[in-house]
Amino acid sequence: MDTRDDLLRQGHYACPGCGLAIAMKLVLSALGERTIVVIIPSCEAVISATYPFSALKVPAFHSAFVIAAPTAAGISRALKVRGEDDITVLAFAGDGGTYDIGLQSLSGAAERNEDFIYVCLDNEAYMNTGIQASSSTPFCSWTVTTPKGKKERKKRLMDIIVAHSIPYCATATIGYPEDLIEKVKRAKKKKGTRFIHILTPCPTGWRMREDLTGIVSMLAFETKIFPLYEVYDGEIYRITKMPKGLPVKEYLSLQGRFSHLKEEEIEEIQKNVDKEWARLLYLAKRNAENCA
Amino acid sequence: MVELLSGNHAIAEAVRLCKVDFIAAYPITPQTPIYEKIAEMVSDGRIKGQMMRAESEHSAMAACISASLTGVRVFTASSSQGIAFMHEMLHFASGNRVSIVMACVNRVVSAPWAFGSDQTDTLSQRDTGWIQLYCEDGQEALDTVIMAYRVAETVFLPVMVTIDGFYTSHFIEPVDIPDEKAVDKYLPPKSLPNRFDLKNPAFIQNVVDSHYYSEFKKRQFDDTMKAKETIIEADKEFGKLFGRSYGVVEADDLEDADVGIVTSGALVSCARIAKKNLREKGIKVGLLKIKLFRPFPYDEVIKHLANLKKVLVIDRNVSCGKGGIFCDELKGAMYNLEKRPKIYGFIGGLCGEDLPPETIEKIALYVINEDKAPEKPIWIHGMTF
Ligand code: SF4
Repeated sequence: MDTRDDLLRQGHYACPGCGLAIAMKLVLSALGERTIVVIIPSCEAVISATYPFSALKVPAFHSAFVIAAPTAAGISRALKVRGEDDITVLAFAGDGGTYDIGLQSLSGAAERNEDFIYVCLDNEAYMNTGIQASSSTPFCSWTVTTPKGKKERKKRLMDIIVAHSIPYCATATIGYPEDLIEKVKRAKKKKGTRFIHILTPCPTGWRMREDLTGIVSMLAFETKIFPLYEVYDGEIYRITKMPKGLPVKEYLSLQGRFSHLKEEEIEEIQKNVDKEWARLLYLAKRNAENCA
Repeated sequence: MVELLSGNHAIAEAVRLCKVDFIAAYPITPQTPIYEKIAEMVSDGRIKGQMMRAESEHSAMAACISASLTGVRVFTASSSQGIAFMHEMLHFASGNRVSIVMACVNRVVSAPWAFGSDQTDTLSQRDTGWIQLYCEDGQEALDTVIMAYRVAETVFLPVMVTIDGFYTSHFIEPVDIPDEKAVDKYLPPKSLPNRFDLKNPAFIQNVVDSHYYSEFKKRQFDDTMKAKETIIEADKEFGKLFGRSYGVVEADDLEDADVGIVTSGALVSCARIAKKNLREKGIKVGLLKIKLFRPFPYDEVIKHLANLKKVLVIDRNVSCGKGGIFCDELKGAMYNLEKRPKIYGFIGGLCGEDLPPETIEKIALYVINEDKAPEKPIWIHGMTF
């Protein structure tokens, strides 16, 4: 890929090895120049640079934390008034801004099927404010506000979003860039609210080596912790890539945030992952059977 | 054309006349009839713009901000808790210099839960950088919304147009609806910049350091101060075209007055009657209606009040631990003058409690006879004083 044409320029402010910056780059390159970006307080805001600089080569607006979705909706409706219907409006939000504080406004926009693509860049904690737990933080994970490991499981956000019956939802990770780009392109072709949930490893908050971002992204998928799938119209599930089903331990052991885990906890995580995978398989197969 | 309209519906008519492109709103009493009427007008094509049914006031304002940045004409309306809920976004709107017009129907902010009129909802937003215009009746509300677009789109600042909940919002009175073509002539052509220029991409509102922050704020402050001239000009032009103008304050019989009554919103109408009754009895009372609250009309207030011996202010609002907000602002505005009037502050009519002309007459007589102006506000509670 020729980085000179990147819509996220070199010299941005991400930490070395940041998965989130890679995701931003991939999403923007898949969408192209006719895109308007909404950013909310998060690492993506810092990565996009401070005044008077900008790492983004497309128009962008840094809005408030709670409102990535309605801000994108305001722009896309205004563009309709102006008769400009070939511009993609994209909202970038982190897990805090999506799972927690922004969920109500995202739900409102999705229910109205507002016309934009919403990308949740999920690094599984409030990394920009110093690694505090969010409702996306996985079970047992260390953060500064869960020093002995989080007691609760990660919120099943995709299920909530799917329940809005929007035209397109997908999961993706930077470990599989082709899959990610394809999904963004598929989303771009549709109208209405489109949601892409991207796992973006964060070496800083996950307490791991900077060169492990890609490997950890792949392992999240191969261990079935983060399956890659799509859901059309809140109904049709499609698993886009089949994981090997490696033991979760291979994923967990690379990250300092899980270094305190006991065997029973790893077992419980494995059990949860297997259960959720079985459920996803059932949903995907059910669709296939119904179609047959 | 004169029609019988509530204040809320008068505002909806103004939105139609201004050919607003984008409306986002959330229902709240007593603002809901504005939202309902506009929804009806959008659905039957009288308003051609987009209407977004928001899931909260916070989101409604967020969408208004980004739509306005895209260059279209934007409106919303709210009240009370809704305005409080929007608070964060009100700062975003003014700081991003968008030209939104919002109708605010004054209602108490809980707790305790209540629904009557009280200006504390909008006055507690006085530091958000919005222009604030307080209206006395439905006609003024309709006219002011039209003027507000001219102002907002000239100075690039958002404008609140406020009316009293239930009194003005629900009271039905004859309202003259201006001719659509004349409004077209009066308003600037719709040509707000689209700040999402694909050829010249900018990052709007990225993070600034303390130096830039102060620079942006100073510019916003100066432009807010200067906006008064635009407001005065918009009001004069409106007067020329439509035969009605209001000024940023309205002074009546203050030249020879022993005491000047200062108030705002629907209470002005009661104060007018009180003043007339007292004048008929030979008691020299004058009246100052404050319409513009931000930017604060220092010059006009000083011009009309500085030479009086006594001024009384009636506030339908309260800043707990201090007093009535208009009273406080007046005192602040005149503090550095060599010669200034004694200022008597009264808080009354909260939650829409009746404050009839007779009570205002009694207050005026009390002030005439009482030479010591109190530091703290005097509460008018119940129908007597
Ligand atoms: S804290 Fe994490 S997500 Fe944020 S910039 Fe650094 S590596 Fe990226």
